[in-house]
Amino acid sequence: MKTVEEIKSAIEAAIPGAVVEIVSNPSPSGQHSLRLAPESAYAVAKFLRDDEDLKLDYLSNATGVDWSDSLEAVYHLYSVEKKHGPVIIRMKTVNRTDQVELPSLTPIWRSAEFQEREIFDLYGIVFTGHPDLRRLLMWKNFKDHPMRKDYREPDDFEYEPTPHDEVLKRAEAQRNREQGPTTA
Amino acid sequence: MILGKIKKRPKGWNRPELVAASGDGELLEVAMGPHHPSTHGVFRMDVALDGERVIKLRPVFGYLHRNHEKIAEGQSYLASMPFTDRLDYICPITNNWAYALAVEKLTGQAVPERAEYLRVILGELTRYQNHASSIGFLIQEMGASGTPLMYAFREREKILDLFEELTGARMMVNYMRFGGCRVDASPEWLDRTRKVVAGLGGFTDEFERLLATNEILMARTQGVGVLRADLAVNAGVTGPMLRASGVNYDIRKVDGYGIYNRFNFRVPLGDHGDVYDRFMIRLLEMRESIGILQQALKDIPVGPVIGTTARSRGIRPKPGEAYGRIEAPKGELGFYLISDGGANPYRYRIRPPSLINLTVLEDMCLGSDVADVVLIFGSVDIVLGEVDR
Repeated sequence: MKTVEEIKSAIEAAIPGAVVEIVSNPSPSGQHSLRLAPESAYAVAKFLRDDEDLKLDYLSNATGVDWSDSLEAVYHLYSVEKKHGPVIIRMKTVNRTDQVELPSLTPIWRSAEFQEREIFDLYGIVFTGHPDLRRLLMWKNFKDHPMRKDYREPDDFEYEPTPHDEVLKRAEAQRNREQGPTTA
Repeated sequence: MILGKIKKRPKGWNRPELVAASGDGELLEVAMGPHHPSTHGVFRMDVALDGERVIKLRPVFGYLHRNHEKIAEGQSYLASMPFTDRLDYICPITNNWAYALAVEKLTGQAVPERAEYLRVILGELTRYQNHASSIGFLIQEMGASGTPLMYAFREREKILDLFEELTGARMMVNYMRFGGCRVDASPEWLDRTRKVVAGLGGFTDEFERLLATNEILMARTQGVGVLRADLAVNAGVTGPMLRASGVNYDIRKVDGYGIYNRFNFRVPLGDHGDVYDRFMIRLLEMRESIGILQQALKDIPVGPVIGTTARSRGIRPKPGEAYGRIEAPKGELGFYLISDGGANPYRYRIRPPSLINLTVLEDMCLGSDVADVVLIFGSVDIVLGEVDR
């Protein structure tokens, strides 16, 4: 199995203009990863799947991460044919609010279909090119993205305003209590 | 009624689509579930039917969603260990194992010999009882009310008694720790386990004689719900389902995690990738599990079950990330952890085999009868606690 450095140079040799950056992992697991620029990520992913030496035909795990300045999608790739892995690729969005598009890798690996829907649902990354991008776990009319670090859950999901002042006051106090320690 | 033609969607999207072929073109849309008895919990399939044929099938998830990952990100590493029991509640031991493995990768802890053996013994007992009851449920859905399922549950009960004696709980075991196991097994427990394992072989034979050549079972399952090998790999299908399609990929062999490379066992493979093959692969894997159990119970050394330097409580792993995966009975169960140096994981992600194996549910069901959908779904072997998390 090639090291991340070798994979990086193989990608750069095969796809001119591909931007690949090595993200080193200081933990004992030693699983270093490759950060791809979203513009060239689709072509790079296709190369990783089809390359004779790598043959990463199996996308095991796709997930999102919320860094406080941007959102990230992480993919763990293995090869069923060559029985090696993992090769980890990741892509970052520009920010967390209005530029959250990343290219979908579902057309390359079908196993990303539900997992990208889950990332869209829980993190709010919009995967362009996904054939069926809907919420997976939360319901259709749900507004927020619960796995984001700044997500605040309502004190009652079925909360409805009531003329009962006391109830409203208690709910307000509860909200303040919950927001207090985290914003500090 | 003429079956609709299968056509390909354009632009690299490899999901086939059926078109209705009946004269009036009227489709019947049915919501199967979330309370359908065959869905093993709260799972819904929105099915479009042309007569009896399935034209479209959309799985709907989330009825059991409690955002396990969010909860785990708000508490310490150890506090999530009992919560992993509740993912796939049929196989809590393997969930514990996958999580412990991921944290051990993140912190670089070693596991003592005896603990590795205990993990293998408990893991294979779990695999055995999962496959037995999964076959039981499949036959139950075929209409054989109870008998095979109760036979399977009889054996499962013996295994759960062993779990209870060792860990204190039949199902919610909370047994593993980072760098070992929580409690040691007594010699009496090992003897009783040997006795139970000695009886499993006979049960497997009985189960096979009862089912494998049964005419009704063969007629209902052979050639039903065929999954091609290339699609199975591309869609990330793992576990017995992948191997039933003929792909030789068993993480116990590929990664050799724990001490699996010390044991002698075979990986059964299917030829057709239909429901019958999936049933048969589970039966054969039950036999291989017995073989592993006998070897492990023979060789288990004495010694500590958790290292003297191992720490589970209040750990703060160095910043970094780790992905640990094991061959759980249902497929590849992985945990992806990111540490920022704090006491809670910054990111805690479960790669659920049950959810990802359902990716191909529509592909397997298209063009088959409604009655077969129940069987195909049953042969995937899912637990909703893990699908929805």
